[in-house]
Amino acid sequence: MSTATEHAIGAAMPRQRRGAAATLHDSWVVAKRNLRRMTRIPEIVVFGLMQPVMFVLLFSYVMGGAIQIPGTNAGSGTYIQFLMAGIFAQTVTFATAGASAGIAEDMTKGLVDRFRSLPMARSAVLVGRTLADLCQTAFTVIVLAAVALLVGWRIHDGVLNALGAFALLLLLGYAFSWIGALIGLSVRSPEAATSAGLIWLFPLTFVSNAFVPVSSMPGWLQGVAYWNPFSATVQACRDLFGNQVGPVDSAWPMQHAALVSVLWSVLITVVFSWLSVRKYRSAVG
Amino acid sequence: MAPAIQAENLVKTFGDVRALDGVSLDVPEGTVLGLLGPNGAGKTTTVRVLTTLLRPDSGRAVVAGVDVLKHPNKVRSLIGLSGQYAAVDEYLTGFENLQMVGELYQMSAREAKARALELLEWFNLGEAKDRTAKTYSGGMRRRLDLAAALVVRPPVMFLDEPTTGLDPRNRLALWEVIETLVEQGTTLLLTTQYLEEADRLAHDIAVVDHGRVIARGTADQLKAQIGGERIEVVVHEPGLVADAVAALSGYALGEPAVEKNTRRITVPVSGGARVLADAIRELDSRGIEIDDIGLRRPTLDDVFLTLTGHVAEAAEEGNGADPGGRGRSGRGQGGPAADGPGPDKQAVAAGREH
Repeated sequence: MSTATEHAIGAAMPRQRRGAAATLHDSWVVAKRNLRRMTRIPEIVVFGLMQPVMFVLLFSYVMGGAIQIPGTNAGSGTYIQFLMAGIFAQTVTFATAGASAGIAEDMTKGLVDRFRSLPMARSAVLVGRTLADLCQTAFTVIVLAAVALLVGWRIHDGVLNALGAFALLLLLGYAFSWIGALIGLSVRSPEAATSAGLIWLFPLTFVSNAFVPVSSMPGWLQGVAYWNPFSATVQACRDLFGNQVGPVDSAWPMQHAALVSVLWSVLITVVFSWLSVRKYRSAVG
Repeated sequence: MAPAIQAENLVKTFGDVRALDGVSLDVPEGTVLGLLGPNGAGKTTTVRVLTTLLRPDSGRAVVAGVDVLKHPNKVRSLIGLSGQYAAVDEYLTGFENLQMVGELYQMSAREAKARALELLEWFNLGEAKDRTAKTYSGGMRRRLDLAAALVVRPPVMFLDEPTTGLDPRNRLALWEVIETLVEQGTTLLLTTQYLEEADRLAHDIAVVDHGRVIARGTADQLKAQIGGERIEVVVHEPGLVADAVAALSGYALGEPAVEKNTRRITVPVSGGARVLADAIRELDSRGIEIDDIGLRRPTLDDVFLTLTGHVAEAAEEGNGADPGGRGRSGRGQGGPAADGPGPDKQAVAAGREH
């Protein structure tokens, strides 16, 4: 013991990184931690996958025959073309419930005290978490795309545009994971975070153009659906995947869907990351 | 020399609870201060303020020469913290945990890795380094947590109830680690509910109750506040009690106390070992057979009871899961300082108290 203990104390003071480099470095260290956890608890990733895959199968086989998109003939696999952008967008936003639960859980554990007592960037715990969630979301989207291709979904507008659509989806998912982070920091238990992280997503994703045409909704609801950040991303993805059936709705956000999607995602990220980091700093864990 | 830890008049309220009601303390460099008190006395809150986890409502604190409230991040690179709850990620391996902490202390990846391996060896976790911490016993997790606090060889360390919930063997092993750190010059603030622990590890003791420091001194000074020493004799058979009281009356400063059923006689004395030797000779010359005799000083339990009016472990939560730690028998109990995986298995039950 004595030979080893001579190394225990000394003058090895750590250097101080500063600014953005420090934040990036620390966030990456925390992201690595969260990614490792995902490999140790694969159930989380697997169940995260099952839900959207089930949605694809249920919507396309069970409801696909009954829902008719205006300007098309019923059946003949058109609904899956219409549907997939919505399912992708729903998948990336539903992943935020994982961020809520994960952060709420971290906050109840002693580990967060360890983090808060270390000379690390204050935002890194949250940035690292959202980055790891982004990786998980990307993985889920890839698997989901493969399943969708199997049941008849097709990209009609080239690979580059499709990659653009995936980029918009991941950007939206990242933005929403900050909403999830704020929820996770605001509730008192991981259990509460799981439901609180999920319930608001149902109205958000259903009052949109994701599953049914907005034109089929009552007039007052149409305005809400058109300006829903979720709808903009769905519409942009439909355009970029070449999945748009018939003319695009004339509402302004639908006509400029990609731009509106990016603006919404950036706005949400900025506002909610600021709120979350503030909340984390003041949290008395 | 300036104190390595200094707190002045710290106040912190949570709602109507005054968790800290003007705590002041200082710890000279290279010494150990034991913060002794029951649950809810304000020990952990004090540590949280000094380790930048909590801002006090008022007061001032300086750690390693740096103002805690003005430059918290600078303080963080100079301290190590090991808390009541093992602050490790249970889904990471022991190695990954320490490596992560090293990297977050801004070490390079290579340095962090080397340091992690070195600490794992030192804490006898070498063989378990690639297992997730979830599979570790309570004692192993505590060791990993303490190792994490030592990653940068911090000059100032805070240990918040480091041995709560550990079995006597693991406690002893941890004490030895702590003593090694102190020998090497670390300044340490240690909180504990265990009087025995403060007695053994701390140079100085601050007794905390209801958010205030109610007494301060060395263990001996505190004991001296309570009163002098006494001789305790256990005679071999009940019939000898009266003879023994008569034999000891020449040394007694006060009324001897007799417990009939245990055949124990307690006599207040002064003069230390010399009086004890005289008493033994006197008993021997009168042919009084004894089973046990000793010179007793007041224990810290007595000190605590006198100062606070209640016993140390009588506070609210009552999670008194650990009779082993509250014995009065003092130093060195608990057998050999086995630190291997064997005794850890016994610690599993005791180590997960919250």
